[in-house]
Amino acid sequence: MEQFVLAGGTIVVGVFGCIGYFFLSNMALDAILPPRGPHAGRNITRANAIRPWLFLLPALLLLAVYLVYPVFVSVYLSFRDASDARWVGLGNYAWLVQDAKFREAMVNNLIWLVVVPALSTLFGLIAAAVTDRIRWGNFAKAMIFMPMAISMIGAAVIWKLVYEFRDAGQPQIGILNAIVVAMGGEPQTWLTQPGINSFLLMIVLVWVQTGFAMVILSAALRGIPEETVEAAILDGASPLQLFLKIKVPQIWGTILVVWTTITITVLKVFDIVYAMTNGQWGTQVLANLMYDWMFRANDTGRASTVAIVIMLLVTPIMVWNIRNARKEMR
Amino acid sequence: MDNIAGTRSRLVWAVNLSAAALVILWLLPTVGLFVSSFRDRDQISASGWWSALSSSEQAVQVRASPPDTAVQAEGLFVIEGQVFEAGQSGAVAAFGTSSRAPGEFAAGETAKTAEGYELTVTADGSYRLTSATAFEGTRGERFFVTTETPPRLTFENYGRVLGAEGIGRSFLNTLTVTIPATVIPILVAAFAAYALAWMEFPGRSILIAVVVGLLVVPLQLSLIPLLSLHNQIGIGKSYIGIWLAHTGFGLPLAIYLLRNYMVGLPREIIESARVDGATDFQIFLKIILPLSFPALASFAIFQFLWTWNDLLVALVFLGNTEDQLVMTGRLSGLMGSRGGDWEILATAAFISIAVPLVVFFAMQKYLVRGLLAGSVK
Repeated sequence: MEQFVLAGGTIVVGVFGCIGYFFLSNMALDAILPPRGPHAGRNITRANAIRPWLFLLPALLLLAVYLVYPVFVSVYLSFRDASDARWVGLGNYAWLVQDAKFREAMVNNLIWLVVVPALSTLFGLIAAAVTDRIRWGNFAKAMIFMPMAISMIGAAVIWKLVYEFRDAGQPQIGILNAIVVAMGGEPQTWLTQPGINSFLLMIVLVWVQTGFAMVILSAALRGIPEETVEAAILDGASPLQLFLKIKVPQIWGTILVVWTTITITVLKVFDIVYAMTNGQWGTQVLANLMYDWMFRANDTGRASTVAIVIMLLVTPIMVWNIRNARKEMR
Repeated sequence: MDNIAGTRSRLVWAVNLSAAALVILWLLPTVGLFVSSFRDRDQISASGWWSALSSSEQAVQVRASPPDTAVQAEGLFVIEGQVFEAGQSGAVAAFGTSSRAPGEFAAGETAKTAEGYELTVTADGSYRLTSATAFEGTRGERFFVTTETPPRLTFENYGRVLGAEGIGRSFLNTLTVTIPATVIPILVAAFAAYALAWMEFPGRSILIAVVVGLLVVPLQLSLIPLLSLHNQIGIGKSYIGIWLAHTGFGLPLAIYLLRNYMVGLPREIIESARVDGATDFQIFLKIILPLSFPALASFAIFQFLWTWNDLLVALVFLGNTEDQLVMTGRLSGLMGSRGGDWEILATAAFISIAVPLVVFFAMQKYLVRGLLAGSVK
């Protein structure tokens, strides 16, 4: 009960604090630089130069502390030893390059980076194309989109049931093994088999992300100018040609956006691996490796080094996003 | 003409079928979890969830009453009894006398055992073992029956998981994390977004670029520095800490979404309000905020889903004591300690995803709108 009072109190304090801050700071500004009297003109100009920063201050403060400051501290920590006691130079990076677990995580992450965005975009494109043409399309869209609302850990439980293994001879309760057995095969412990298990984890993320791709791509497909489609139909294009040669080329930009957005999600993927295999049996990924070094080994140096690697992998997309955003603003 | 109409309808069929296939494929895993949460432990391990609505068949070994209970009737030695225990319901489909063919005979038939006795098991579970000579030995005759238990769905799992397994308490903890972490960033971001959209000042475009850049900064980078910062300033692992963390992490998207939306509002409204002498503060509160409702709603849903579903931030910034453990954390703990207890896992997982699903279906429109506006073009 106590924590609800705390939570309620925080909402009240937060909301009224925010409004109060903005209201009072604006009033103070008007009192110090009144927009009337002998210096009205000068005061208004000055007040208008200051006011934006009053509006921005809380947000900038939070962004600085929670997102900018940690970048620098992480870089700093990556040159320090396990307990931040002394400098180790490039020691952590040297360790990283030759560490077998890191290599495994890196290779896995690269595979994730190819497989998940590719399959999600592909399935999303198919789902968008198909659901836009049927009467119950909205219902179908909602069903495919639904996993977006489910937590990664919830998705992990859901799929662990799909992959569940029981000894041969017992009734299989995981649907994957049930299908394998029904087709005359041997039931498998899917999640402990190196090679296959990583892909089975990727499928979980594809399942989650396809809905996102579908929603964005479906909007893009509907935005295609009618004339191009009509012209192609008049020229005798088959439905498949129409889709592949007329529609898809016109939404390349959007496909790229979907691809990069999913790429970012993939780089940060943690919960699925953490909950389903915890990086065992050759399924380690960078985010989980970082968590391992942080909380199991209590080594802030190495953990920060892994985090920096994730950051470096994200950077190209970050630069690309910023350039696009600036292009659009002009 | 017939020809064209023919291909058209075939195409419609193909499209409908592939849509149906996709929907089924995407729904199946979740349905499996949902159905499992209503089955009891024995049912879950006896058969797959897809057979939950058909009656489950089970082959069991039964031992007849020992020979000294035999009675003599019409010149025969007879042992009678009941396969089912008191309170157990079901029906016998088949029975057999050897483990190699446990379902050799249909209910009601008469079988000969290896010892030469005659055995009859009827569908209601009563059996009758007869012999022309006295039964030998001290142990009862062994035979096999295949029973059919009618499908049974139960809410018992929910009661158990909410209480004894602590999911109920975690539900409240999650709620405690989620609501302030959703409400507070909205206001902070809205003011900033207004400044970035409608106020002129040097450095504005650089700030917008910074916000776009921060959108993709991986959370992993922030964990260690911020946890030690929280410890230094005395917040430690507490709700205050996680609210602040979620607010900070949610801000870039909030500012980005809201600014993009506010920029699109008609310039005339704002200019005419300025001409009428309204201050920026008044314009923001009375005009911009109400007009931006769709964007505010979009972000609120994002932030709600994200904070509700988050595991990593909660693992790092909250403790794992009873009054701080959130549902995702509890669930991942259960996956470790109760890996095989699917009735617990499925129910706990379903409780944790129920609220996001309700929000999702109720506010899907805003979510889609937010997604379309939020992906960097």
